Amino acid sequence: MKEKGFMYEARGQVLVIHLPKELDHHNCRDLKVETDLLLAENYVTKIVFDFSETRFMDSSGIGVLLNRYKQMERSGGKVAICGAGTQILRVLSIGGVGKLVPRYDSMEAAIAG
Amino acid sequence: MGLQEERETFRMEVESRSQNEEFARVTVAVFMSRLDPTMEEMDDVKTAVSEAVTNAVIHGYQGREGIIYIQAAVEGQELTVEIRDKGVGIRDVTKAMEPMYTTDTTGERSGMGFSFMEAFMDEVQVLSAPGQGTCVTMKKRIGR
Repeated sequence: MKEKGFMYEARGQVLVIHLPKELDHHNCRDLKVETDLLLAENYVTKIVFDFSETRFMDSSGIGVLLNRYKQMERSGGKVAICGAGTQILRVLSIGGVGKLVPRYDSMEAAIAG
Repeated sequence: MGLQEERETFRMEVESRSQNEEFARVTVAVFMSRLDPTMEEMDDVKTAVSEAVTNAVIHGYQGREGIIYIQAAVEGQELTVEIRDKGVGIRDVTKAMEPMYTTDTTGERSGMGFSFMEAFMDEVQVLSAPGQGTCVTMKKRIGR
């Protein structure tokens, strides 16, 4: 069985990552390899994580976000979040990501912000 | 029905595979629905169960084959969930439970698994020893 994984979208120098419905250890497995490849081959100044389809996230999602944040920080880039619902916001806040990564209501605002 | 509160239980065994992280949290959420929890309470329990099962898959069995034993009980308004594995066990439970502590070297793991269990549940107890597996027992009172 193959679940729908991450969808990557290039918007100029912004990489938008559309996250799956459930963001857990199982669904996060491929993200590191895939984003490392995309970041190596493209000039990316910002990553936007789109949570609009995501209903569940655990600390595996926090690990993924923090690692991408550190990666982008090293290259002078930015990370932003959009479309996060109630459960996601609670997890982000308890995971300490709320203070590090700016949140936007819409994807367009996150790309522009 | 007398004044004594009835205890209802549920138990299952799943193979140690990452696909079962979602299966386990959803199953426990369905079981607890008899307590008429809020969406937030359901999400809290799902998150905590996901953390414990993920630990069993990654650390307990280290990606190898094994069985994860899941039990839950409701008594009055209290939910108890136990996640047990027969994996490698934890040498220093106190250290493993420190926020941000992780043995992972890829940088992808936040080390927040136990912190999340403690944040989302009322009580978390971890019993483990090297070679003896790990048993995580968590309690949460539903509907305050």
